[in-house]
Amino acid sequence: MPWLSTLMAVPVLGAVGVSLVKSDKLAKQLALAISLVVLVLTGVLAAQFNPTSGTRFQFAEVYDWIPRFGVHYGVGVDGIALVLIALSVVLVPIVILASWHDADGTGANAPPKRSVKTYFALLLVLEAMMIGVFASTDVFLFYVFFEAMLIPMYFMIGSYGGAQRSYAAVKFLLYSLFGGLLMLVAVIALYVIAEKGTFMFPELIGAIQDPTTQKWLFAGFFIAFAVKAPLWPFHTWLPDAAAQAPAGAAVLLVGVLDKVGTYGMLRFCLELFPDASKFFTPLVIVLSVVGIIYGAIVAIGQTDIKRLIAYTSISHFGFIAMGVFAMTANAGAGATLYMVNHGFSTGSLFLIAGFLIYRRGSSQIADYGGVQKVAPVLAGTFLIAGLSSLSLPGLSSFVSEFMVLIGTYEIHPVPAIIATTGVILAAVYVLWMYQRMMTGPTAESVKLFPDLDIREKWVVAPLIAVIIAVGFFPKPLLDVINPAVDKTLSTVQVDQFTPAVADKKGAGQ
Amino acid sequence: MQSPVEIIPHSSGVVGVSWLMIVLPLLGAAILLLSGRRTDRWGHFLGVAMVLASFVVAVASFVELLGLPEDQRRMGVALYQFIPGMADMGLLIDPLSISFALLITGVGSLIHIYSIGYMSHDPDRRRFFAYLNLFVAAMLLLVLADNYVALFIGWEGVGLASYLLIGFWQHKPSAAAAAKKAFIVNRVGDFGLLIAIFTIWTTFGSVAFAKVFPLAGEASNGTMTAVGLLLLLGACGKSAQLPLQSWLLDAMEGPTPVSALIHAATMVTAGVYLIVRSGAFFEVAPTAQLVVTIVGVATLLAGAIIGSAKDDIKKGLAGSTMSQIGYMMLAAGIGPAGYAFAIAHLITHGFFKANLFLGAGSVMHGMNDEVDMRRYGGLFPVMRITAITFIIGYLAIIGFPLLSGYFTKDGIIETAMEHNQILGWLAVLGAGLTGFYMSRMVFMTFFGKKRWADDAHPHESPAVMTVPLILLSIGSIFLGAFLILGNRFMKFLAPAVGLPEELPVFHFGSTAGLATLALVAVGAVFAWFRYGAADVPEVAPRGSFLTTFARRDLYGDALNETLLMRPGQWLTRFAVFFDNRGVDGLVNGLAATIGGTSGRLRRIQTGYVRSYALSILFGAAVVVGALLYVGNM
Repeated sequence: MPWLSTLMAVPVLGAVGVSLVKSDKLAKQLALAISLVVLVLTGVLAAQFNPTSGTRFQFAEVYDWIPRFGVHYGVGVDGIALVLIALSVVLVPIVILASWHDADGTGANAPPKRSVKTYFALLLVLEAMMIGVFASTDVFLFYVFFEAMLIPMYFMIGSYGGAQRSYAAVKFLLYSLFGGLLMLVAVIALYVIAEKGTFMFPELIGAIQDPTTQKWLFAGFFIAFAVKAPLWPFHTWLPDAAAQAPAGAAVLLVGVLDKVGTYGMLRFCLELFPDASKFFTPLVIVLSVVGIIYGAIVAIGQTDIKRLIAYTSISHFGFIAMGVFAMTANAGAGATLYMVNHGFSTGSLFLIAGFLIYRRGSSQIADYGGVQKVAPVLAGTFLIAGLSSLSLPGLSSFVSEFMVLIGTYEIHPVPAIIATTGVILAAVYVLWMYQRMMTGPTAESVKLFPDLDIREKWVVAPLIAVIIAVGFFPKPLLDVINPAVDKTLSTVQVDQFTPAVADKKGAGQ
Repeated sequence: MQSPVEIIPHSSGVVGVSWLMIVLPLLGAAILLLSGRRTDRWGHFLGVAMVLASFVVAVASFVELLGLPEDQRRMGVALYQFIPGMADMGLLIDPLSISFALLITGVGSLIHIYSIGYMSHDPDRRRFFAYLNLFVAAMLLLVLADNYVALFIGWEGVGLASYLLIGFWQHKPSAAAAAKKAFIVNRVGDFGLLIAIFTIWTTFGSVAFAKVFPLAGEASNGTMTAVGLLLLLGACGKSAQLPLQSWLLDAMEGPTPVSALIHAATMVTAGVYLIVRSGAFFEVAPTAQLVVTIVGVATLLAGAIIGSAKDDIKKGLAGSTMSQIGYMMLAAGIGPAGYAFAIAHLITHGFFKANLFLGAGSVMHGMNDEVDMRRYGGLFPVMRITAITFIIGYLAIIGFPLLSGYFTKDGIIETAMEHNQILGWLAVLGAGLTGFYMSRMVFMTFFGKKRWADDAHPHESPAVMTVPLILLSIGSIFLGAFLILGNRFMKFLAPAVGLPEELPVFHFGSTAGLATLALVAVGAVFAWFRYGAADVPEVAPRGSFLTTFARRDLYGDALNETLLMRPGQWLTRFAVFFDNRGVDGLVNGLAATIGGTSGRLRRIQTGYVRSYALSILFGAAVVVGALLYVGNM
């Protein structure tokens, strides 16, 4: 059975169905049902996945697409792709449920009503593309998804966003297109120079040997991914886009779309251009560390909830990129797990912030105060999401941040130490935000806040359950991720560290 | 020196299910938090039951441990793989960890029971018990963990519980601010602990105690010194030692049972635990040990000075806690000769300080939550049980002969004296200050003239609060003699931390002991003249330079503000400005120079479709051009 094609086809067909039904309510319900079907299908697929199999890309499907240029419709998943697809398909139903009223024009200070059906159809189209981008095993197909994903997101920000939505949407699009064009040039150059007559990723590994060529091609790919992720200093589009996007779209933008950037670095930069990756490692690590500290400091100074969350993400993307380029087993696995965990913790922050904004009609932190007293469940869940964002042990982000830091420390101790100061800054931005919004005397404007309703609880509960479960028991995810990361690193051929004092009976546990 | 014994894997008996100690209170917290208002009526009983059950498991594990020969008294209990290849969840049941477990669940149970009464009027009592349960679970994980990563989970878990409980009355801005401050200052310490763990991992390729401690001697001295100092940084944060002490005084914003349990008896002693547990590293890093003793002595004096000037009874006790933990740090830095005294003092302090804090809470309970001792006075006749138990705690902490504090503190002073005369005499001086500030507290509260507010009607607290006080004061009387005489506790701890080459002999009337007693007496008499015999003004007089210095917490906050907060605020403002104008401005400007897009971005309503189309067209042109080129090759 063509599992991955089915996974993509279901939401696309679903989107068509959603745009055809009569009532808005039915459209929402249908969209939710479709996304749940995709979730179940992915669960079945994941159950059949064998992390230790010799076959690297499982559930592979390869068909010729443009035979003349060796372009294929090639899909397949390894452990890294699988967990990111899982992240996407878990988030989509949650986002659909959370966005139930986003296009209705209800809520305090809400933008006017717009087409509900289009919004949910776009969400489903986006879901298909997110699956496609992670499943692509053909570099050209990856590029196509990489660019095509922009379109639904562009419309979700530009049509359904806040007051500055047009500015934000255009800025988002221009930045992404700029990066995309560089990548396109590099993709084509890769094809031409490799002279393999194919865009299939596995066949292109090791095809470019010349160091100078590697560096140029690396630059093309890397800049595209650095804009996408985004890494400092390519980040300024993200706060605008995330702040203007409706909360649900912001979750998918920051939680999944941005991960395509860091995923691309791990998958394509490292494996296609290993020598160039090693050459540029110092540069990338410096950019990452700057981003970690810089994003956190700027986050502390924000006055808008959504912009604050966006800046925390810039800091977190720094951790992920550092983990990718540290090229150790721990850091690589940590970075991959971080991509997943960040999706859940930042996703819940954005969604709960969305619930607050829906009630109050403002995203200014100063417009809140003492919410805990009137809406304790809302405040409590917001705190848990925040604590995950500051990597509290026992919550999922800790595992990944710890692995990234310890893995980086193995061979780059100084950057790792500087990055670790990020844990202090994270406590400042999260807890200060919580203090300003949730504690103190209850502000007049929030006195009548209702607590989370049933729908909202169903949105938040699965996210928090995942955050806590992975926090205490990350093994199932790591068992899938580790072999894939090891495979990647073996392509790059890096020496793993050995402890200074090795146990005579053999190091490690 | 006799070394600790090897850790033996173990999976049967009570110890095999010792994880229940952690899981039961964790379950309690989960039920209480998730069940909502339904459980408001009986939630506190569930909270108490879970801690009591945990105490029963701890006692049973302790009995099982005692039943084993000494060289088998270190049992490793494997639980599950946490981060495969790096860290597993597992517990270590040995004399050190079980001592802590008994203290945490024993004193913890009493404080839970007391809280039923203390929090009876609070609408959020259920949430309070949930957080207390969460704290007990995290603290037990901290002390029972068999590796540094699991320890760290407990370490930050207690930090979370502390944050939640300091800010329990978070509608008060001061409580919310204090909670945040505690967490952030602790994170500075956690930064040190994290780097220490990283270094341990890269040095030994493991984070498990059983793997790393036997290899400590093979690592370079520089590495071990670094690890020691980094662990100390972590310990300073958690245990409110200089220079990370500033959060503890503010932490008194939390309800008093919290101050007793977390900020006196258990959590703040975690730093001492960390250093004693990591003894194998410190013993090969004498420089780090020296720094530990210096930090300990500096803090024991600073805490005593602060405690001498506070009129807020809880802050006075908080200063005292800093000071007493300073004693423990001093002993922990000395090495195997000091470990047993550090932990013994930690345990007796857990009893008498919980006793004092709960006594203070009982006074506040009867005085409309008044904390200013200048509005107390003459309370002895109206709350006799509280007063008598408080005075027992007081006598214990100042080291009145034969009470608990006498044995454990004297043990530390004698050991310090043998180790280094300067440190020893400074510790004696600290004991004198303790005599002063604690006597001052007792005189101002229970004796002298009544200085009550007009609406104050002091009364004795209910039995649910006084019975824990009585039990704690019994411990405050006898525990010290029981632990110290005949080196009972030192021998018990030996399988975990080793023994010194020479066993100390406790003798009454040594020079240091007599000097200590004399100074304590001087302090107490001085306090009597100023606060017992003389009238205490209801409004604090201005006082000397030294008084102001002490009242302002030795300018610790002012220092933090000048050195860290203000520059931090400027940096933040600059970074935000730079990000809006600098980076973004540069990119927008660059775009303007290249394609005039900036103008379009500003005129947001028009133009974006054109630029979008233009870009797509450009992209398409590149694709077509390239493909044609390839096609023609």
